[in-house]
Amino acid sequence: MPSKDTDTGTGKGGSIIVETVTRLMVPFIQLFALYVIIHGAGGPGGGFQGGVIFASSFVLYVIAFGIVKAGNRFSERANIVLFSTGVYIYAGVGLLCILFSYGAAQFLNYGYIPLTHHFEENRALGMDLVEIGIGITVMAVITSIFFNLVWKREEVGEREGED
Amino acid sequence: MIFELDLVLLFLVVIIAIVAITTRDLLSAIMLLCAYSFLMAVVWVEMHSVDVAFTEAAVGAGATTAFLIAALSRTKRWEKK
Repeated sequence: MPSKDTDTGTGKGGSIIVETVTRLMVPFIQLFALYVIIHGAGGPGGGFQGGVIFASSFVLYVIAFGIVKAGNRFSERANIVLFSTGVYIYAGVGLLCILFSYGAAQFLNYGYIPLTHHFEENRALGMDLVEIGIGITVMAVITSIFFNLVWKREEVGEREGED
Repeated sequence: MIFELDLVLLFLVVIIAIVAITTRDLLSAIMLLCAYSFLMAVVWVEMHSVDVAFTEAAVGAGATTAFLIAALSRTKRWEKK
């Protein structure tokens, strides 16, 4: 029978090298993800890729420290709030375009949002807003999928322990 | 595009794909799929399609490998004969 630590994934078996390297790497991975999201309009990358990279930093954290510690820091409720926030940002920018284009009803035609005085700058800013929404949603959904895949083990272990 | 590099990369991709579907060790199959995705990302860069390569490297080699290992941790490692 495996010990309880391996079942619940508390990360007791982790080595200090892995933990230290993870603690150093996670902020840089997240910074790179934000760079990819912001520069998605003009070069390679975008909301989806940046969101996946951001989520993979949480995956690295779970691998190094175990699901219990990571799950306490990044709860399921926060995940739900984040991925609905991303969808609301995306749909909200699109509906703002409909509102400001006065009946032309052009969903996600970013130029009509009066953020600045120039049509092209509005377009660039609106594109960035939409990319941020996509990035938040993808990050939360991929983190949620991974956390659910790993949490199941602990529930099964607890159920076996009760029996 | 460099013809020789393309030849070597595609040859390696085919070899890795064949080994990944014939091996009985599921953990090594997952690792071979990770290597397959990474080599495919290099092939996309060779074809000057950096955006697709970015997605392939982030999703194929990063997220999918973590998902498959998390799924494998709930089953047995060796495939039955």
